[in-house]
Amino acid sequence: MSQMAVLPILIPLFAAMAILFAKMLNHKTQQALSILFSIMLIIINVVVLFDVMTINHFVYQLGDWEAPFGITFVLDSFSAIMLLLTSLLALGALWYAVIRDIDGEGVNFHVLFHLQIFGLNGAFLTGDIFNLFVFFEVLLLASYALILHGFGRERTRFGMHYMIINLVGSTLFLFGIGALYGILGTLNIADMALQVSTLEAEDRGVVAAAGLLLLVVFGLKAAMFPLYFWLPGAYSSTSAPVAALFAIMTKVGIYSIIRVHGTIFGSEAGVLSFYHLPWVLGLGLITIILAAFGVMSSKGLKEQIAYLVLASVATLLIAVGINTPAALSGAIFYLMHSTLIAGGFFLYAGTLGVLRGEYSDKFVRTPNFKSIVLSGSIFFAFAVAILGMPPLSGFFGKMMILSGALESSYVWLIFTVMLSASILMIMSLTRAGSLMFYHIKDNESSISNPISFAVYYPIFYLFSLAVMLVFFANPISKFTDQSALMLYDAASYIDKVLIRDN
Amino acid sequence: MEVLIAIIIAVLTGGGIFLLLKARTFTIILGLMMLAYAVNLFLFSMGRLHVNQPAILLEGVENFADPLPQALVLTAIVISFGMTAFIIVLSLRAKFELGNDHVDGTSPSKGER
Repeated sequence: MSQMAVLPILIPLFAAMAILFAKMLNHKTQQALSILFSIMLIIINVVVLFDVMTINHFVYQLGDWEAPFGITFVLDSFSAIMLLLTSLLALGALWYAVIRDIDGEGVNFHVLFHLQIFGLNGAFLTGDIFNLFVFFEVLLLASYALILHGFGRERTRFGMHYMIINLVGSTLFLFGIGALYGILGTLNIADMALQVSTLEAEDRGVVAAAGLLLLVVFGLKAAMFPLYFWLPGAYSSTSAPVAALFAIMTKVGIYSIIRVHGTIFGSEAGVLSFYHLPWVLGLGLITIILAAFGVMSSKGLKEQIAYLVLASVATLLIAVGINTPAALSGAIFYLMHSTLIAGGFFLYAGTLGVLRGEYSDKFVRTPNFKSIVLSGSIFFAFAVAILGMPPLSGFFGKMMILSGALESSYVWLIFTVMLSASILMIMSLTRAGSLMFYHIKDNESSISNPISFAVYYPIFYLFSLAVMLVFFANPISKFTDQSALMLYDAASYIDKVLIRDN
Repeated sequence: MEVLIAIIIAVLTGGGIFLLLKARTFTIILGLMMLAYAVNLFLFSMGRLHVNQPAILLEGVENFADPLPQALVLTAIVISFGMTAFIIVLSLRAKFELGNDHVDGTSPSKGER
């Protein structure tokens, strides 16, 4: 275990370098290496997950410099889940990119892809807020290049928006870190939490403001209202595998809110304890309404899925804002489900775009196209899953969140908003499905775009992972319960990182 | 000195935000650079302002400047430098691909800047 914790960061970095050098050989070698490394990462992450189940927090001090002076990585069951989820999703996206040869549309697709995973894994493991900033920049720089992969007018335009808003976000992040450091005098999350608990009354205002500034930054990453306008354009214009990988990008924002705010302004923070959560809950409720309107007004399937991703983010924000271990456990379950399903749905939308030829993924009537029954069935399955209807995984997640909400004092508001947003989304997905698969122009000759059956494999793979969540719902929800309780126990996190005795 | 630094940070931030709200890529890049300068100065001042004090521990020296914000600023400078280079290339590409330097890629109607 001792050195295992740092491997999920090192492997993607080495993978990126190795693939870059493999460019000298040929494209096939790059593809093979890329797939190989991502499978290796999955195996490592599974081992790490099972190791971390027995111990709550595993703290890795880089170069054995003691916290709070050194660089700290903290591995616990929540970050282990995120690591495994990222690597599973990444394999699906890479597989699809290789089969459709999307990786050949530009240069260094695989290198950037692994660097993106490097940044993501780093963000999930770091126990230091400035390193979180650095890993954010790593994953953002890779994502700027990936979102433009293959180019095209729309991608350049929305890539520009995405980059500008994220650069502003990075600046705000630094302002927040600077203000926190100025008062607390440390950057280690555990140490910051300790300092906040003994904060003098006059400094509280600055720390609270800096904390909310960080909430803005994480909200920007998570696409929280009113900072979500970049998401639909960026996700719907980019290539399918990149959009699929980006299904985890918004979750990084949620993860950071849970990790950073949940620890620094958690149960140990005294007066400031959980002061950010009313904001998270309120903004989450507004976001889900707007996401439902976005789903209804979408003109194409990719745009619609982008808004569905937004709705899933909003659901997670609400679940975090409810502020009970039960709701947080539901949030972790729902996070796994929504990432896998949204990723698979984006891949499917890419396939559908090819099958429908010039009509792409637009909501218009088309002539009959090849394998319409199969793709219609897949659409149905994904729609049921992403909307959270039984019997698929989304239902379990939503039910866990809603039953957690029963303890909240805003239970009527949460139920009304979430359920009415769901019904709006069900209606518009029904309309989309019937328009694309039932209202066929019979009198025109059918489109027969050749597409190999192999493109469905990665889609089935991601979908079957979500189905596994249903089959193993009991052990998985027990596990998420345990990690939600652990996330609420900020004291043990602080003890482990700072090696406090008590 | 505190007041002077605070005014400089405020002016840089204000100017940066003003330029960011323009709809042309060139002014936006200038705005982002000004914001980056502002945040670097802000981070630097968060170690408190000192004059003529060493940042390295030495025997017999009582007062130190905090070295950590200086290291943070160095990292922030490098990152913002790389990001600026990338966005300049991207905006050049957008100019050629979309035919104009408006952020939305369409020429705005008259009177709109």
